[in-house]
Amino acid sequence: MIKVENLVKAFGPKLAVNGVSFSVERGEVLGFLGPNGAGKSTTMRMITGFMPPTAGRVSVGGHDLAEHPIAAKRLIGYLPENAPAYTDMTVWGFLNFAAELRGLRGEAKRRAVMRAIEICFLDSVVHQSVDTLSKGYRHRTCFAQSIIHDPPVLILDEPTDGLDPNQKHEVRTLIRRMGQTKAIVFSTHILEEVDAACTRAIIIDRGQIVANGTPAELRQRSELAGAVAVSVQDTPASTVNQKLRELPTVKRTLVLREQPDVLIRAYPRAGGRNGELQASIYELAVRERWRLLELRTEEGRLDEVFRSITLPDTTRTVNETATP
Amino acid sequence: MPAPGSAAALPVAAGEHTGALHHIWAIAKRELGGYFASPVAYIFIVIFLVLIGFFTFNVGRFFLRNEASLNSFFMWHPWLYLFLVPAVGMRLWAEERRVGTIELLLTMPVTAWQAIVGKFLASWLFLGLALALTFPMIITVAYLGNPDAGAVFCGYLGSFLLAGAYLSVGSMTSAMTRNQVISFILSVVGCLFLVLAGWPPVTDALTWAPAWLLDLVASFSVMPHFESFQRGVLDLRDVVYFALVMVFCLFTTGVIIRSHRAG
Repeated sequence: MIKVENLVKAFGPKLAVNGVSFSVERGEVLGFLGPNGAGKSTTMRMITGFMPPTAGRVSVGGHDLAEHPIAAKRLIGYLPENAPAYTDMTVWGFLNFAAELRGLRGEAKRRAVMRAIEICFLDSVVHQSVDTLSKGYRHRTCFAQSIIHDPPVLILDEPTDGLDPNQKHEVRTLIRRMGQTKAIVFSTHILEEVDAACTRAIIIDRGQIVANGTPAELRQRSELAGAVAVSVQDTPASTVNQKLRELPTVKRTLVLREQPDVLIRAYPRAGGRNGELQASIYELAVRERWRLLELRTEEGRLDEVFRSITLPDTTRTVNETATP
Repeated sequence: MPAPGSAAALPVAAGEHTGALHHIWAIAKRELGGYFASPVAYIFIVIFLVLIGFFTFNVGRFFLRNEASLNSFFMWHPWLYLFLVPAVGMRLWAEERRVGTIELLLTMPVTAWQAIVGKFLASWLFLGLALALTFPMIITVAYLGNPDAGAVFCGYLGSFLLAGAYLSVGSMTSAMTRNQVISFILSVVGCLFLVLAGWPPVTDALTWAPAWLLDLVASFSVMPHFESFQRGVLDLRDVVYFALVMVFCLFTTGVIIRSHRAG
């Protein structure tokens, strides 16, 4: 549905977006990650036709944004950053206006507005003026605007920004549910949202895509992925640590806790098979008659992947030198 | 999963209307609603009517003129509009840009010119409403004497076109900035130029300039065109002049908005 090819956007000499390409099909929810100023919003503004790209192409549903902007825009629902809305209108008036611009009229318009109000839980504020709404309601009002015409493509710029945890959960559930039939791109810098709602994630940094994969694949890129956490009782940390480091499967270890029980994380050697490390540690523990409390293979953490990819190299080494 | 291809067909179903006029009307209706949702519209209308009444009767000496015409009424319009019309026009785009709703508006399936025209028409209609509320002037002058209906109509038409020309300048300056005050000041200056370019005290002071330059600058002025309406002359050239000012300014508005989006 969405096809982005070599998208470039220059603001003066600065390249805000530099050669971004990806595509999103129906049934996919693409999480767009990146630090602030990485080019997420700029990319979304180009996909929705608000900004023309300096170079590259965007097509939505087969319509090229540059050549057939109106046909393409018809397929898109868009929630801009900070959820702007006409403050002098009521929620009802605002949604009717959006529906009218989407070409809906009469009964079709009324049904579309009612549906959006129901999905976004806006019943209680329908006749309230937008500038009297709390941030959460204003956000959902703008969100309702984006889905009013039941678009096959949804572009959401930080849809959970400023919402409380319950509302965040609702919006995520909504995105996941709508993602079954639509092509959705949403940006966030909350990593748990990627797990909660995305089928695929892209990490963008300084205008370029630095990682692209399913959340599980991205997690695999974590240093932590495949490491084994060992927790042992009644044995000194130094002893456990020493024995673990002698294992041929262990590359290095990190003592996480010494009291009340020992918790050590062992990192696998490169090329080690799945489960090999855990098995060898289990055998070691049995041999040494340790009182094993926990033995768990780590999945890898997205925030760590995110940090290691998007931070400059100098800060990454700090993480490593902390390891004994 | 729905069948492929239904994607494009889906939003077109269920009674979709996508004509340009429909879009322009939807945008204009929203904009007009925006004026009346806040006290702005009412304050504006009251101030306009009070000021125009004051100038017509107290300064223009409407009764002492002893003539059945609205000259002492219309003569103040270019000056009153100079401050009041930019006040209406200043929010047109500056507000959209400040709040960020411009991003919503321009990612809807409407073209930029539909949005520009829709917003402009709403403000123009609003000014037309304020102007129409001066109808007691017509009643007064008709009660006291026997005015030329054609001249009154021409005067009102000229005034309405003048308001439109000023407003188009306001639309242009409003697109330049997200600050309404700056937009207002720029707009007043722009309109002042349109007024003064052909005003005798100004053209007389510029006698050192070559005649062709004077004529060129003077031809930009709204005053000769507005005055010919006041005399009751309906000349197509005057109508074309106002139309050209509006088209030019609205076109420039479009260029400015596009350049913002291009970054």
